[in-house]
Amino acid sequence: MTDIQTSRRSFLKTSAAATGGLLMAVNLPGTLGQAMAAGTVSTPNAWVHIADDNTISILVAHSEMGQGVYTSMPMLVAEELNVDLSQIKVVDAPPGAAYVNALLGAQITGGSTSVRAGWEKLRVAGAQVREMLVSAAAAEWNVDRAQVKADKGMLMGPNGKKATYGAMAAAASKLPVPEKPAIKDPKDFRIVGKRTKRLDTPAKTNGTAEFGIDVKLPGMVYATIVQCPVIGGKVKSFESAQAKSMPGVQAVVQVSDGVAVVADSWWRAKKAAEKLTIQWDEGAVASISDASMLEGNRAAAKSGKVIPIIASKGDVANAIKGAAKVLEAEYVSPMQSHSPLEPMNFTAHVQGNKALLIGPTQFQQGAQGAVAGALGLKPEDITLKTTFLGGGFGRRLELDFIVQAAEISKAVGKPVKLLWTREEDMMHDYYRPMGVNHMKAGLDASGMPVGVHFKVTSQSVTQRAFGLPKETLDPFMAEAAVAGYNVPNTQHDLVIHDTGFRVGYWRAVSHSMNAFANESFVDEMAKAAGQDPYAYRMKMLEGKPRYANVLKLAAEKAGWGKPVAAGRARGIALMEGYDSYMAQVAEVSLNKDGSVKVHKVTVAADVGHMVNPDTVEAQLQSSIVFGMGAVLKHQITMNNGRVQETNYNTYEPVRMYEAPQIDIVLVKSTEKPGGIGEPGTAVAAPAIANAVAALTGKRVRRLPLTADAIRQA
Amino acid sequence: MSVNFQVNGKPAKANAETDTPLLWVLRDELGMTGTKFGCGAALCGACTVHVNGEAVRSCQTPLSAVSGKKVATVEGLSAKNNHPLQVAWIKHDVPQCGYCQSGQLMSAAALLAKNNNPSDADIDNAMSGNICRCGTYPRIRAAIKDAAATMRKA
Repeated sequence: MTDIQTSRRSFLKTSAAATGGLLMAVNLPGTLGQAMAAGTVSTPNAWVHIADDNTISILVAHSEMGQGVYTSMPMLVAEELNVDLSQIKVVDAPPGAAYVNALLGAQITGGSTSVRAGWEKLRVAGAQVREMLVSAAAAEWNVDRAQVKADKGMLMGPNGKKATYGAMAAAASKLPVPEKPAIKDPKDFRIVGKRTKRLDTPAKTNGTAEFGIDVKLPGMVYATIVQCPVIGGKVKSFESAQAKSMPGVQAVVQVSDGVAVVADSWWRAKKAAEKLTIQWDEGAVASISDASMLEGNRAAAKSGKVIPIIASKGDVANAIKGAAKVLEAEYVSPMQSHSPLEPMNFTAHVQGNKALLIGPTQFQQGAQGAVAGALGLKPEDITLKTTFLGGGFGRRLELDFIVQAAEISKAVGKPVKLLWTREEDMMHDYYRPMGVNHMKAGLDASGMPVGVHFKVTSQSVTQRAFGLPKETLDPFMAEAAVAGYNVPNTQHDLVIHDTGFRVGYWRAVSHSMNAFANESFVDEMAKAAGQDPYAYRMKMLEGKPRYANVLKLAAEKAGWGKPVAAGRARGIALMEGYDSYMAQVAEVSLNKDGSVKVHKVTVAADVGHMVNPDTVEAQLQSSIVFGMGAVLKHQITMNNGRVQETNYNTYEPVRMYEAPQIDIVLVKSTEKPGGIGEPGTAVAAPAIANAVAALTGKRVRRLPLTADAIRQA
Repeated sequence: MSVNFQVNGKPAKANAETDTPLLWVLRDELGMTGTKFGCGAALCGACTVHVNGEAVRSCQTPLSAVSGKKVATVEGLSAKNNHPLQVAWIKHDVPQCGYCQSGQLMSAAALLAKNNNPSDADIDNAMSGNICRCGTYPRIRAAIKDAAATMRKA
């Protein structure tokens, strides 16, 4: 398992080096300075700017899309800088080499990596600046460094000597940056690990938080775009006379992905766009449907090149051959759309060989590099400012809408805010690929597995996004493939099937399909063995204390084994993902129409060191609700290459009346921090599916788990 | 032809075509961007505002429909964040990405204006038109109850 995690982490770095795809963007000169006030600000390192009036800014390299990084990242710096959070300002970092996420090899917000990447780096950054300030004060006062203390933005020396950080910042910035400053023992933390109010909440309750859709530049015009209903299709020809005659319309512009209408308000642009007549060259995708995709995956599972995920243990084939009982099952996870509530948008102002980009992105350097490539500009001539993101979930790792905004601005010579309709957004996503998992196990006479064979067949996002060479292991397809259970003989295989359709990283990525298969199948094995699913799991967790602990805690809190209200049943599931260990117990019943009602989800999580426990809880709540939608309700289907779901009526996220009670148990831990934005989404699927199987006796192996799916099971 | 109405207690005038949704009048003509666009079809509630005290989806409310009426937006709850709902939202750290929260707050404000002791079912009824893709529902529910308690004491 460790091997897989390591390869996942180092992957993008390696891939970028191998393909050159990211190198250009990664090696950009830093554009530090644009966030500073003029003249009065000192920059001891890339993370802290201190003005001489003692205004302390902490730069955050990650995008705030709800996961709390505009609070958790500053907490790490402030802990060592010895300032209170009330004393600092949060500034979004520009694209720059200093801000590369070491776990992903580029300036990316994703993969539940923010705290893991920042845990040591940002504390060191804060400590560096603290030591530099202390050294500057010691030199100024001509005293020993040991006699100077730094606390709450003040430097204090012997004989009542005092100065603000701001007063010493200029001198401190001229000193060499200490490579290995002393950092605190976690037991001495004053900020990290404490429940902390998010710094961005007040702006999000009075309408002042600026999202991409809210950006305004002087002279700005508004644009919307019409793209081919078949993704990848190109404009053959179009008729725009009627659109151009509509009020307020300034231009109709063909861009790489379609036709954009530019007007003096967005509504006028949208109304005019409805009057366009476009002939499309639909391209190869027009022949694909979700049914053909499933057939393709199944065929590939039989005959495609098998890529081992991890070295086999023992001899699975032999073990299964000699088993008392053999189980086999296929699990299908459908495509999903990210559908963050803020539709895709970006603001661009291209002037000559320079460009200004403002908006919501999870991939700053990618945005810079993609626009540079599309417009023939130098990346360093592109200034990028990140706004709040109205949700991300992986969609804003993609760069299509940013390039479009820049192309339109270049064409009209004005600042342009491009905003998609919801329909464009939902029909032109980079979808979570369909996953088909085949599981096979042999049980001994006591019902315990002697051999388990895991095989996932799906599409590689990484091939598309980062040029992963064909027929090589995509670690982002293999997540949570290797479960924590002790089984004497195991084999884990992966088959990459390119459906030809556009896929992307979706919250929890392949953890979702792999945990759904693994944890549903464990329940099926327990049932075949006539054993309790909790006890059955526990038997296979000897020597796996972190797994066993969260399983036990979740079961206890949920009242596992105790009577449940009439008409209800419980299901349990367990997973490690992003270095976090998690178990969930779902309690469900059926509504009158046969659909599933989730009453309560109990989750126990060991995420190692926590930065802000309240955010950990919020992310657990969030990821479970997000996962529930995909388990119970929505999927993306296709016909003739056209995505059939167009808005929140046909792809309907969980609503208030469906949201379950969520009980949370957090394990106090001094292990290294794990990621928490995503794993809960993956574990929700098998926990709910197992509860439904316990309730109805019917095993649904193809999501979503709708009333029809249960009836047909 | 311009349309006159009130926004957050102040007179407002808009010159957009009268079939323009109130959402875009607020955002692009009046520059009030607290109210958000999510779906354009009254499915998500991100654009919720009050017209004469009723919660409406401003993406489906033409400008002509608010002539002479009183419109209230999130900016009018309280710029200083001291409306009981805003206080509760901050206390419970409700928002994650925050994009839906203007609409959530306005739906909740319309609920509490009529019912300062809502049951879970009342909350479900009033709030199920507002999608939160981040899944902040448990905290929204807790914050509404908290704000309701504050308002009952007031």
